[in-house]
Amino acid sequence: MPPLKRVIPCLDVDNGRVVKGTNFVDLRDAGDPVALAERYDEEGADEVVFLDITATSDDRDTIVELARRAADNVFIPFTIGGGIRSVEDAQAVLDAGADKVAINSAAVKRPRLIGEMAEVFGSQCVVLAIDAKRTEEPVHGRSGWEVFTAGGRHATGLDAVAWAIEGVERGAGEILLTSMDRDGTKDGYDVELTRSVADSVSVPVIASGGAGNLGDLVTGVAEGKADAVLVASLFHFGEHSVAEAKSVMTDAGIAVRQIA
Amino acid sequence: MTDLNPLTDTDITIAVLDYGMGNLRSVEKAIEHVGVKAPIVDDHDAAMNADGLILPGVGAFPEAMRRVRDARFDELIGEVLAAGKPVMGICLGMQLLFESSSEHEGAWGLGLLQGRIDALDAGNLKVPQLGWNEVRWSRSSPLTDGLPSPSYFFFANSFSARVVNSEDVLGESDYGAPFTAVVEKHPLYGAQFHPEKSSAHGLRMMSNFARICVAAKASVSA
Repeated sequence: MPPLKRVIPCLDVDNGRVVKGTNFVDLRDAGDPVALAERYDEEGADEVVFLDITATSDDRDTIVELARRAADNVFIPFTIGGGIRSVEDAQAVLDAGADKVAINSAAVKRPRLIGEMAEVFGSQCVVLAIDAKRTEEPVHGRSGWEVFTAGGRHATGLDAVAWAIEGVERGAGEILLTSMDRDGTKDGYDVELTRSVADSVSVPVIASGGAGNLGDLVTGVAEGKADAVLVASLFHFGEHSVAEAKSVMTDAGIAVRQIA
Repeated sequence: MTDLNPLTDTDITIAVLDYGMGNLRSVEKAIEHVGVKAPIVDDHDAAMNADGLILPGVGAFPEAMRRVRDARFDELIGEVLAAGKPVMGICLGMQLLFESSSEHEGAWGLGLLQGRIDALDAGNLKVPQLGWNEVRWSRSSPLTDGLPSPSYFFFANSFSARVVNSEDVLGESDYGAPFTAVVEKHPLYGAQFHPEKSSAHGLRMMSNFARICVAAKASVSA
């Protein structure tokens, strides 16, 4: 049986609090990322991603503490990203109970970091997060998407598809691919981007950025060839539950984990 | 949603054996979540004082067996079983229960179950298998009490057990080809997946194992 497609809620965390906020009325503390992750676990989320976006996260203690608290309460695999710049940072987070670490800017700055982490922890622990934006003028021999860092503010000049291929060659076990054009728009995933990367690498690709309704999740998998879909606001604001997402995907003929 | 069936008012402990391979904290927390103390132990007496033992593990088989033998945990596991206490191997820990493995240079295992560990016969699927998969039960067992068939568990493995005695197989999964996901030869148990990362189904398996430990304790002291 081929692997089941995964639904992965993503929580942006700033100074230990969920940034985008939620309206789960029955959560005692909806700003607590761990409480929210527990809720998603109960609803049938297959994994959870915590992205620490604290501007001044030179101090890794907050993400280690987050990993520890998550491991105490969340019993599905979880990934921590943001502020991981070295093997030592990754070690601390994995020791605390995280299953994977996601690296983004640090890998662009020093690509060898991907290989160093894969060597120590295995590729299955290393997620390469790529923020990609469409380039204005298509250039011959390039994919049409450029890698950005610093939340989309900093253009790197790297071609997104080429960077994904290089990342996998260096040891990344998964690609978390965010469309900066679609992020926050609710216009759906950038299916072309997702498919371009999925067709080019041998590891799973997580589609991210732009999911505005549950049909977008189906499209991301069916047309974007994503192995997993990352979802943020669609779930946080209670518009839809993970269980509803699973149900829509199942109806569309996509094999997902069922909650019984 | 699956009832976790947590234990209340129990004073049993399940030791999580630390031989330096893999993240034990998640295992400890999952067992605590269903109401049972699960100290991480690396010495003989602490393990023998517990009412059950978990043999976890992530990594390569030969290195794991070297560490197990160096710490004389092979003898310890034998003693725990001889005392009638349940032992459960998780992931690599389950593989170690068998006679041998062909991983890397190959190695002898604990030989508590007949069979060998070989690479997954995954066809054109990616190896390692990394993700959720269905497990179907071959028979009823206290370990699978309250769990539907199929249940879903989180796997991270490149190898699997080729079991000699089919009566030792409690659960099967499929990844390119069928493979053994759960073994049972009371008081010995093993799961190829990570119950501690498998949400309600995994936690229910942990509480079921804890109840097996409670029952074993009662029958030994009776």
